[in-house]
Amino acid sequence: MTEQTISTPNKDLSKELSKEHARDVFRAMLRARVLEIKLSNLYKAGKIVGGVYIGKGQEAVSASLGACLTWNKDVFAPLIRDQAGRTAFGEDPLDATRTYLGSAKGPMRGRDGNLHRGRPAEGLLAMISHLGAAVAQVGGVLLAKRIKGELDGCVGATCVGDGATSTGAFHEGLNFIAVERLPMVVIIADNQFAYSTPNDRQYACDDLIDRAKGYGLEGHSVDGTDMLECATVIGNAVAKARSGGGPQLIVAKLLRLSGHGEHDDGSYVATELQEGRYGRDCNDVGKQQLIEKGWLTELEYSKWMLEFNAEAQEAVAVAQREDGPNPYKEEWSAIASPSLKGLQ
Amino acid sequence: MAVTYIDAIRDAQERALAENPKVFLYGQDIGKFGGAFKATKGLQEQWPDRVIDAPISEDAMIGMAVGAAIEGMRPIIEMQFADFSSVAFNQIVNQAATHYYRTGIPVPIVVRLPSGGTPGSGPFHSQSMESIYAHYPGTVVVTPATVADAHSMLLQAVDLDDPVIYCEHKFLYRWLKSDNFEGDNLPIGKARITRSGKHATVVTYSAMVHEAVRAAEILYKEGGWEIEVVDLRSVKPLDIDTVVASVARTGRILALGEAFPWGGVTSEVVSRVCAEGFHLLDAPPMRLNAKDTPVPYHPKLWAMHRPTPESICEALRNLLAY
Repeated sequence: MTEQTISTPNKDLSKELSKEHARDVFRAMLRARVLEIKLSNLYKAGKIVGGVYIGKGQEAVSASLGACLTWNKDVFAPLIRDQAGRTAFGEDPLDATRTYLGSAKGPMRGRDGNLHRGRPAEGLLAMISHLGAAVAQVGGVLLAKRIKGELDGCVGATCVGDGATSTGAFHEGLNFIAVERLPMVVIIADNQFAYSTPNDRQYACDDLIDRAKGYGLEGHSVDGTDMLECATVIGNAVAKARSGGGPQLIVAKLLRLSGHGEHDDGSYVATELQEGRYGRDCNDVGKQQLIEKGWLTELEYSKWMLEFNAEAQEAVAVAQREDGPNPYKEEWSAIASPSLKGLQ
Repeated sequence: MAVTYIDAIRDAQERALAENPKVFLYGQDIGKFGGAFKATKGLQEQWPDRVIDAPISEDAMIGMAVGAAIEGMRPIIEMQFADFSSVAFNQIVNQAATHYYRTGIPVPIVVRLPSGGTPGSGPFHSQSMESIYAHYPGTVVVTPATVADAHSMLLQAVDLDDPVIYCEHKFLYRWLKSDNFEGDNLPIGKARITRSGKHATVVTYSAMVHEAVRAAEILYKEGGWEIEVVDLRSVKPLDIDTVVASVARTGRILALGEAFPWGGVTSEVVSRVCAEGFHLLDAPPMRLNAKDTPVPYHPKLWAMHRPTPESICEALRNLLAY
């Protein structure tokens, strides 16, 4: 029987957060922020074809998830605001710059762009744009592992926004992972806007966490701007799913600190929201929290910033030097079966 | 002892489960109940961990299959009726069909669609969806018309590295019989000349192959007309070489299908024949499809909605008279 408790954040701090883990989470948040600022600047300079979507304000949630997952063992389906989760999980920043800049050496080889990238064979799924579609997909990876007898100790995870909760795919996916009681963590980053649509036009329940019980999932609420709380609650939920506790739903309250994409100034976000509790920057909060705990010094922080700026600079420079795909040498076949290649 | 088309589908799945530990079955009511059409009867008893009942969630069923395939499995998904695959449309065409092209990681899944009309089934249990899925890059769409093809093509589909939409015709399930499952094991992608002739070619697939053969017999008795019937077997890829070679012999073509008339397989056949073999034609190519309405419930309406041996004969008489 699935446990159906809805915990408030501070009731679920059963496991103490380690200094090492908290620093890992914060480092991923910083690395992602630095990389995304670089990508945003490239976009504004006209160097990136297509859109740029950043996770500013969601780094604490995303990195807290990614930092608990193991590359080549667990499975993670990030969405558009999960650079921090990707980084924490182990994605090479070159995968990001190569995909954004269209290098043929990137994992998508110019066939797909920006955030639609992944390394599915290594556990990082490549999102499609249709929201909620990844829930069942991650569940399928886990079900396959179960059939193969390889599920023990593995966990699957995906993030969605408040908008995705209105889709049929999200509903079907959550119900499916609950029925199969799969070791999975689904995070709803409730950032209050789906593109420009505010929550009161998206859902009518008091709090999305109330849905957990209906699906038979264990639910956890968290302040998505509070890094230590995110790292603790999300970390414990991942540990619980991994150790046989069944699927976990986390609702993180926060505010998107950017437009939907870099083409969007987000002018529809009211000033009161920006100045309110969730308008604070989780990266600032995280830095402050680590310094207060004595887990980080200003000097270390400055060194990290130098390190991550250099890393992002190098990743961009490498990708910019590389050729894009050659349309005349492209295979132009979407078929994998050798016997059917080239046939229509 | 005679075996049926549905027996072939059940037996092929049993063999796939027995021979390949990567294969598993997932669908609504397929476990203990054995499936709405009994295509999985008794299989869960043999493989309790690999024959799994799904909730009524077609989108999640295919999403699950894509994930499982990425993880190296070869799932066979049973849609209870082809019509309900519309709920899974996004996962099929956007998730499954694009995945190999985008990532280089293949998605070997088989989606079984119990397709086509039967009397009394009405608008939502009768549809033929092959053209919809064939339209999208990255799919393989097969439409077996014989017991042997139902068997061999399902086993071949499991071995392919692409998402295969396996359209099995419900009208053939119990009506179509054979001595055994053995056939010529022609690969997916090859059409077959079901009946040879010299005066006109009917290009068709699935249950309409049998209606075309009936029409050909009527016309032979009527006037000695020898009608060639080409069974496409797979509509994607489409074996246009066999079709054009047949048109080269007969000079006349009728493309016949049970699906709705706007676009679709018959349009594709005619357009390719015109493009590749226009000089071979002695008459304008013809198409015959179902009527442009939802599939009606009443047997009298249904029987007239789809092409029949009589309507096929009428079309062929016009084609031959040109």
